[in-house]
Amino acid sequence: MNRRDFNKLMLMAGIVGSTGIPLGIRRAAGQTRGGTLDVIIQPEPPVLVAAINQQAPTLTVAGKIYQSLLKFNFDQTPRPGLAKSWEMSDDGLTYTFHLEETVKWHDGTPFTADDVVFSTTKILPETHARARGNFARCDSITAADAHTVVFKLKEPFGPFLQCFEMSSCPIMPKHLYEGTDYRNNPHNAKPIGTGPWKFAEWERGSHIRLVRNDDYYKPGQPYLDEIIYRIVPDAASRALALENGTVDLTQWGDVEMFDVPRLKQLPHVEFTTRGYEFYAPLLWLEFNNRIKPMDDKRFRQAVMHAIDKDFLVRKVLFGLARPATGPMSKATKFYDPKVKIYDFNPAKAIALLDEMGLKPGADGKRAKITYLVPPYGEVWMRFAEYIRQALSKVGIEVVLEAIDVAGWATRVGNWDFEVTAPWLYQFGDPALGVSRTYISSNIRKGVLFSNTSGYSNPKVDTLFAEAAVAVDPAKRQALYSEVQRLLVEEVPVGWLVELDFPTMYDKRFHDLVVSAIGVNDDFDQAWYEG
Amino acid sequence: MYQAIAAAAARLVKIAVMILVIATFNFLLVHAAPGDPAAVIAGQSGASDEKLIAQIRAEYGLDQPLHVQLTDYLAKVASFDLGYSYRQRQPVSVLIGERLPATLLLTVTAFLLALAIGSLLGTLAGMRAGRWTDTVISVLALLFYAMPVFWLGLMLVLIFSVQLGWLPAFGFATIGPNLTGLDLVLDVATHMILPVTTLAAIYLAIYARLMRASIIEVEHQDYVKTARAKGASRGRIIRHHMLRNALLPVITFAGVQAGALIGGSVVVETVFAWPGLGRLTFDAVMQRDYPVLLGIFLVMSVLVIAINLLTDLITRIIDPRLARAG
Repeated sequence: MNRRDFNKLMLMAGIVGSTGIPLGIRRAAGQTRGGTLDVIIQPEPPVLVAAINQQAPTLTVAGKIYQSLLKFNFDQTPRPGLAKSWEMSDDGLTYTFHLEETVKWHDGTPFTADDVVFSTTKILPETHARARGNFARCDSITAADAHTVVFKLKEPFGPFLQCFEMSSCPIMPKHLYEGTDYRNNPHNAKPIGTGPWKFAEWERGSHIRLVRNDDYYKPGQPYLDEIIYRIVPDAASRALALENGTVDLTQWGDVEMFDVPRLKQLPHVEFTTRGYEFYAPLLWLEFNNRIKPMDDKRFRQAVMHAIDKDFLVRKVLFGLARPATGPMSKATKFYDPKVKIYDFNPAKAIALLDEMGLKPGADGKRAKITYLVPPYGEVWMRFAEYIRQALSKVGIEVVLEAIDVAGWATRVGNWDFEVTAPWLYQFGDPALGVSRTYISSNIRKGVLFSNTSGYSNPKVDTLFAEAAVAVDPAKRQALYSEVQRLLVEEVPVGWLVELDFPTMYDKRFHDLVVSAIGVNDDFDQAWYEG
Repeated sequence: MYQAIAAAAARLVKIAVMILVIATFNFLLVHAAPGDPAAVIAGQSGASDEKLIAQIRAEYGLDQPLHVQLTDYLAKVASFDLGYSYRQRQPVSVLIGERLPATLLLTVTAFLLALAIGSLLGTLAGMRAGRWTDTVISVLALLFYAMPVFWLGLMLVLIFSVQLGWLPAFGFATIGPNLTGLDLVLDVATHMILPVTTLAAIYLAIYARLMRASIIEVEHQDYVKTARAKGASRGRIIRHHMLRNALLPVITFAGVQAGALIGGSVVVETVFAWPGLGRLTFDAVMQRDYPVLLGIFLVMSVLVIAINLLTDLITRIIDPRLARAG
């Protein structure tokens, strides 16, 4: 009888309350083999091939099956993945990767440098928008021998190593995909990777089951027997499933933020916000800079002074966030804390609005703006309601407009909005995840997550461009510090909070979150104390 | 004989035309919704560019003018091809085929249960109108009818799976052990208890109220008075004279309700993570997965037509006069 059954029996007999009894005795040392990890996945991923689809749930499951050359520590320094070592030439133009030699694909074929060359020159440039941009920077990608790959860049690119994180560069099997229609390849239904977990079954609408890869290249690993991803569409049901032990792990936004304070108190639940450092989601009020009065920086600054970020963090996001100060998250390299801080000060906001000539009308209102509420759960409606409340105090009327996911994506992508609140990932480096929001060349109509606010400043463009190709980290820091100071003064978008996603799991599982991509990593070290 | 065949043929043609009209209407309705599926698919990848969006549009024919898309769609429907899902990368017929049995199992069970228990409770209440049995049943029926489905579902989960730990909170069957035969049946049955109860509760309330009203009405009909005057026993009067007639409006209403029942399953399937058609619909709406949505609408329309035919048949069996009337 395991602890869960025991507690259930006790509960039925009325012996213990909902607190339960801590029966787990920690083993002194070492990983044990065995155990099944039940995880929630939502929404259901469309396919499990990371090269074909990069939606969040796809990457979480595919990260167990497919791997890339590098993994990343919490501080985002690279460590070996499929590449056991690597070096960069002094001019920053040549990167050489030495691959693990005993890796096999799940069908038994050996993994070689040809697979890496095929993935980075053929399939990913065709199917993966971010990888297409990254590897377009290469002059050549060649296999020096069966286990060595050489990337030659056209010009230096500071964050090049960051391009080898799993979700950015999943390595695909050349022998199964070369010369085929990648998107309709029959192996998409039965994914073959190099990872510690092999695809076993997918019951649509119910669950996805992965089993241990006994031929994994690290001896003895992985430790768990299988991983079951259960598809549970209702947020309240997901919270209950963690509570009654039907699932052992919830991640990302599985559980609504208002349920987190209750669930993390449960005696069998461990809670962490680590493992999202690579993504480091940053949330801002996106102003459409093309429309009055958002086109005036004093208006945007006034909004920054009118919102109490601490209140948002404490009361709306239940502590699962930190106030943001600028375009880069504190979890990102090159973050500079020495920028202008917009304190919560409605008087300053009113002064700025007065200065730009936005006087209150007969009804006491200075301006009226429409806020497109992001359709991602109840919390975002509460968030929007607070913004409406806060801005009304300085005379700005906010009209909330609710919309569904598809409508939101289309409207924002096509610049058909006044204010909204997206959150974007930083992908480990400003050149990958930050510059895209502010540089003029990325103002592209119809494309979501480009520079949709329409902000354009040649100085900012130059600074981001120079920082991306600089090799010396000190020089990059100087350039990024300057661009941060400049942007914070101009406030093209109103940075509010750095989001923390909660990962909650059954205490009997260990080493689930060991890297900067946390639950999206391959779980090859995870173990269960039975 | 010839007339019967002609009538059946005319009916079939009518049904075919109806389905075509429904398909066209669905198509236009779905495409009238704002929101571009290509932008949704590309946007949710966390990064997108023009090439990706153009690829997706071309791949699914979304770059064609609307009337071309509509003609293509109708031609496909006529040849029983429901198309291909953008998001799931599978034929729509396969997706629906996988999900339909789970939904039918859930809704048919709930429907029959609601009909049987609802009619029974309604009869009981009708026979004892005004007395305490009637009051208790009527109040309960009102309560269930007024309760939001998702709330009832969550409360049942909270009581029976979180607090008591007796029943599984969600899912279709236990994942892992490959059960067969009776074990599998029992396993699925255990998983069905909570969702079926939730779904049945609301409809049970409707049928109970309908049946009660119907019984009270029938009770005052002349043939019941006659039977009573002839000295027939109470049980015989109820079984032979009242039930058949009282059931007719309930059955007719149930036929109309069958379509709504599938709609109601969206909520129940979401709360209980039941891998059925209702959730497939919900996901398809959220993702603007047009082919899947259209496929489901079409299959539902056909089901509703089939259920109406069946209801016709059943009422004719219960009341042979209707059959003679044609």
